[in-house]
Amino acid sequence: MDRLTKDDVHPKILQKLLEDSDITIEDALENEMILNMGPQHPATHGVLRLLLRLDGETVIGCVPDVGYLHRGYEKMAENMSYYEYIPHTDRLDYISPLSNNVAWVLAVEKLAGIEVPVRAQYIRMIVAELARIASHLVAIGSFAMDVGALTVFLWTLREREKIMDIWDILCGARFTNSYTRIGGVANDAQPEALALVKRFIDEIDANLSECESLLNTNRIFIERLDGVGIISKEDALSYGYTGPNLRASGVEFDLRRATPYLQYDKIDFRIPVFTEGDCLARYFVRADEVRESAKIVKQCLQLMSPGEIKANLPKSVLPQKAEVYSKMEELIHDFMIVNFGINPPVGEVYHAIEGSKGELGFYLVSKGEGHPWKCKIRSPSFIHIQSLPHLVKGHMVSDVVAIIGSIDPIMGEADK
Amino acid sequence: MGLEAKLNSDGFLTTQLDAVVAWARKNSVYPMPMGISCCAIEMMASADPKYDIARFGSEVMRFTPRQCDLMIVAGTVTYKMSHVVRKIYDQMPDPKWVIAMGACTSTGGMYRSYSVVQGIDQFLPVDVYVAGCPPRPDNLLNALIQIQNKIGRTRARDFQNLKLPELNVIQNN
Amino acid sequence: MELKELISQKLQANFPEAEFEFSEFRNELSIKINKKFVNPICKFLKEDPELEFLLCEDVTAIDWAKRENRFTVVYHIFSLKLNFRLVLKADVDESDCAIDTVSSVWKTSNWQERETYDMYGIKFKNHPDLRRIYMPEEFEYHPLRKDFPLLGIPGSLPLPKK
Repeated sequence: MDRLTKDDVHPKILQKLLEDSDITIEDALENEMILNMGPQHPATHGVLRLLLRLDGETVIGCVPDVGYLHRGYEKMAENMSYYEYIPHTDRLDYISPLSNNVAWVLAVEKLAGIEVPVRAQYIRMIVAELARIASHLVAIGSFAMDVGALTVFLWTLREREKIMDIWDILCGARFTNSYTRIGGVANDAQPEALALVKRFIDEIDANLSECESLLNTNRIFIERLDGVGIISKEDALSYGYTGPNLRASGVEFDLRRATPYLQYDKIDFRIPVFTEGDCLARYFVRADEVRESAKIVKQCLQLMSPGEIKANLPKSVLPQKAEVYSKMEELIHDFMIVNFGINPPVGEVYHAIEGSKGELGFYLVSKGEGHPWKCKIRSPSFIHIQSLPHLVKGHMVSDVVAIIGSIDPIMGEADK
Repeated sequence: MGLEAKLNSDGFLTTQLDAVVAWARKNSVYPMPMGISCCAIEMMASADPKYDIARFGSEVMRFTPRQCDLMIVAGTVTYKMSHVVRKIYDQMPDPKWVIAMGACTSTGGMYRSYSVVQGIDQFLPVDVYVAGCPPRPDNLLNALIQIQNKIGRTRARDFQNLKLPELNVIQNN
Repeated sequence: MELKELISQKLQANFPEAEFEFSEFRNELSIKINKKFVNPICKFLKEDPELEFLLCEDVTAIDWAKRENRFTVVYHIFSLKLNFRLVLKADVDESDCAIDTVSSVWKTSNWQERETYDMYGIKFKNHPDLRRIYMPEEFEYHPLRKDFPLLGIPGSLPLPKK
């Protein structure tokens, strides 16, 4: 886009501009503007503040300002026991709350050396994959809404309501359900819940295709996103990308394959990879991942067999409530665990899972007490927002909105 | 409403006029979603096809404060964000109401830490507090109905001769 | 097993003057190094064609709240080629609270080091942009230090008037 010089301007406009005493001619046509896309904005996903330096409508620089949702998670973890922290992990990546629960509980179990029974592992996998589907549905819906396709948002939220109904019956809460426990899950999966899961999984492919039929061949959607926000493979790795954003740039890296946890090594699924690295590729990766997650859930439902859902370690695992109220030893164990916490050995551990946004990791340092000495949350959204200045340089202001939507940051996770 | 300002006594006409105006106001409450964290997702869910908020008159959620009358503060408010929330509240035209959605806005919620404001009523006047973490969409709709009842009881002279607030405007930002 | 020996052999061959302390817990290898050698060792680990530690997952610090060597800066790096995760640690004392930056090696450590500075007060030498990231700029304390109370210090953060 060529800059206007004062010879190109009509002399009458020039005269009008010069009459205003605050503007000199250099200022009027050749200045750059600083635009504040403030914390309260419909298109930034949450409270993200972006300061953009614009030359006309082209972005030449960008500074993200985070911290508007900094709640002090890491400091609070040092003051509460491992069990008390489970509801807090729900609120980190609040679109897929169960995957954060699973990540925390796996990290604590790795530190304490607790083995979880197989049925509980399959149940955890099912809820984690449902959380991934829910997160990608919201990501696709709000991304399409930012670009202009308002209907898709309501359709994907309708699908998400079905997942919330499943969680309502299975976990007891529709949203921010703290369902996993150290050593297993809170209660067994009822047959009605599993039937609902099966019905949802059978229908998701057709419903997602219905949403995609509005977008995939839509000329406006493709022209707005093709070639926008490209990041190369080396840059993506250098900026610490993980998850769907990295797979859209050509790197086939999935923590469920690289460092398998739970029972992922027994499940057969494909990793969708695209090489272009632009917004459209990131959208396609997410849409494909929904279908792969549906496949994983279907296989888990087949491989699941009846069994225990909590490990048999009375000193570390909370007993069932029915037994607490009727038997003596369970009452004592419940009292000790709730008040003093489980005491893992001295050491430190880092465990990461493939969350819906990328690699969600917990780094725990324990000094043998009931609460961690240090807890660090490695959140993928924080890392991805860091690369925004690199992605938006040279694009227009309306592309900034599309790029933020395709990166899919969640500020609860980024600000901790 | 200039006419009822002139009629100071409570006659039949003024109360009927008040009732009509209040009825119109309460059936078209446009919320301003101050969606900050997890409660914002449940607020979005109250606008989706299952728990339709549009059937209560809140047809659109306008993201500009100048066109709204209800601010739903949904999510944890930190000290850094509190100035932004106050600035947006000041930009809303009178009459305006505030719903404090969720435990975090009512009392600080489960975050008893150094950077979270323990209740937004420390810097904003709140009309309805909604309990829950996050409250179900039905709960938010219940709060909306309470606000509508409150609006239905207002009279025009509550909104006359109000002191204009001092806006928190910085000139050379 | 072979991977851990390969890495330890390569490091000791290339950096003979640096001392390494290897330890293992729950099948994870962690190496404690002197803080002077952080930048060359990280550069070597990234660029070596056999190891290729291209992904820097995390940079953080631990506050031990004791008199000497109060902080430990911890780096988690991952090699996609070997599917292996390595933990590097460097001790930092409170009197000389500074360490070299690795943002020239991995661009992702830019913001992570800013976060460590904001929360702990450890300065990173040659960092392109060292300023606070979560707390407002006027905040004077470092929240994750053990001597900062959980509820904060009243009056340290301003609130708008009602």
